[in-house]
Amino acid sequence: MSSQDIPEENLPQEQGAAHGAAGHGSTAVAQRADDNPFADPGLPAHKPRIQDIDERAAKRSERAVALMFTLSMLATVGFIACFVIFPVDKLVYIWPFGRVSALNFSLGLTLGAALFFIGAGAVHWARTLMSDQEIAAERHPIEAAPEVKAQVMADWAAGNEESGFGRRKLVRNTMFGAMALVPLAGVVLLRDLGPLPEKKLRTTLWAKGKQLINMNTMEPLRPEDITVGSLVFAMPEGLGYDDHEFQKEIAKAALMIVRIRPDDIKDKRELEWSHEGIVAFSKICTHVGCPISLYEQQTHHVLCPCHQSTFDLADGARVIFGPAGHALPQLRIGVNTEGNLEALGDFAEPVGPSFWERG
Amino acid sequence: MKKLSARRRHPLAAVVVLLFALAATGGLYAAFAPADKAQAVETSQSLAIEEGKKLYTVGCASCHGTGGQGTSDGPTLVGVGSAAVDFQVATGRMPAQQPGAQVPKKKAIYSQAEIDQLAAYIASLGAGPITPTEKQYSPEGADIGKGGDLFRTNCAQCHNFTGKGGALTNGKYAPTLEGVSAKHIYEAMQTGPQNMPSFPDGVLPEKEKQDVIAYIEAMNDPDKSSSPGGLSLGGLGPVSEGLFAWVFGLGALIAAAVWVAAHTAKAKKS
Repeated sequence: MSSQDIPEENLPQEQGAAHGAAGHGSTAVAQRADDNPFADPGLPAHKPRIQDIDERAAKRSERAVALMFTLSMLATVGFIACFVIFPVDKLVYIWPFGRVSALNFSLGLTLGAALFFIGAGAVHWARTLMSDQEIAAERHPIEAAPEVKAQVMADWAAGNEESGFGRRKLVRNTMFGAMALVPLAGVVLLRDLGPLPEKKLRTTLWAKGKQLINMNTMEPLRPEDITVGSLVFAMPEGLGYDDHEFQKEIAKAALMIVRIRPDDIKDKRELEWSHEGIVAFSKICTHVGCPISLYEQQTHHVLCPCHQSTFDLADGARVIFGPAGHALPQLRIGVNTEGNLEALGDFAEPVGPSFWERG
Repeated sequence: MKKLSARRRHPLAAVVVLLFALAATGGLYAAFAPADKAQAVETSQSLAIEEGKKLYTVGCASCHGTGGQGTSDGPTLVGVGSAAVDFQVATGRMPAQQPGAQVPKKKAIYSQAEIDQLAAYIASLGAGPITPTEKQYSPEGADIGKGGDLFRTNCAQCHNFTGKGGALTNGKYAPTLEGVSAKHIYEAMQTGPQNMPSFPDGVLPEKEKQDVIAYIEAMNDPDKSSSPGGLSLGGLGPVSEGLFAWVFGLGALIAAAVWVAAHTAKAKKS
């Protein structure tokens, strides 16, 4: 790869100097250039393409590019046609995708082709017809010339003198004050982004005396419904699926109920807060609040599907694996006079993700 | 009557009275005793338990103990009920081939008649969920939409929204529900096999169980539900889809870029 015939202006300064010197027979400098194994070899010589030499080949390339752009146009027309032709629910069998919606498949295929042929045409155009002469644009020093710098400094000093900026300190300091305070207006407006959370994250709908409603049947749960190894989800009495605030409230109040043999419960408080081994825990993971209910009835472990936090329901829902920082909050339950399960209060701590270490 | 009363002190009188009394007792018993048919059922039931016990002793006792009391290798079977036996043996999970995190489904070893005998024996050890009848588990006329709601509340966390199953901890997993019969789905909900929690009738009544089964069957029926995108990649969600996009999608783009760059447009190849 010879760089002898490369125009001087395209070469980096040092390289150019070395070669220029070598060209003039100065052996000392040439020696230095040859010693440097990292010397920039510069740009290789430009080699022509067939299209540069043969006008017929260039015409062929032109036609190929035009053909690709035309195919893209046809594909777009096809897209619109498919949109009109195919009904939403028509299914067809296409190998290897299986049964797919004819509309989805044809829209994807035509739009994909329309975009692909624009890209392919542009690439072919650039490779065969556009100029492929490589050009190196040298960087220039960014430092201003000394005279420009001097001029700027002189202007600055003159401005200072004429405005009295340095002399009239009262004006200067009050201006600084005004400039510093103005952004506060924008900061205060941030308050309007929404209501403050207040105590909403600390309380749920659960309260003393609220019955546990089975989310499958919407009937109050009774202790005899829940056998060892079973799993059921409950919501507080008075909440309905059609309520306006349902999603907001169930996001905090969702409850997971299992029964564990009292002998198997290792945590003393958990046993106290249970009803004959029926324990009720928040269904909201304490890591980032995913609904968590992958319950393994033999190990009493509950696994979170998001980040694999694992809680031991037989040991106060202690975290035994994963990123969660707190045990799942337990709801203290008992039985009311009708024999239905009821809450004996709200959760003792905020449910869901740990926020501010639950100040 | 005179004659009869005159001979009341005859030495054989007591014997005659005793014979009459015996005949009366026997006749009354024959008239009021339970019908022969019931006796036949009882014998066939006890015969099934007998046969089941023989099968149990050969195939199950080494892990579950000679009387179903359980050993260190297998849990007690007292009170698991015939539904649990029917599910475990008919899906081939029991007898287990080897110990492990979870016993997988395989080809059933026992015939349905043998399974019924085993179930009769285990049911005789203690009360438990009874094998459901077709009327109980048939999803005929059930509400598929409601079943979908119930499935997403109770099942989807482990078995995935499309019932394709998913991973649990330490090598355990929730199996796919594709190709599982309505009866076995019902039994699994009733009994909670292995680490699956149970959903007894107090928690999920019979009608709701039918809704869930109807939803699962509709999901697995290509005529009732289909993915408009095709190529569902196992329906496992972002893991398989992301892998496909990164490996094949990005791979194709890189291959195209390499191909374009490797083919020079110059007249003289170098």
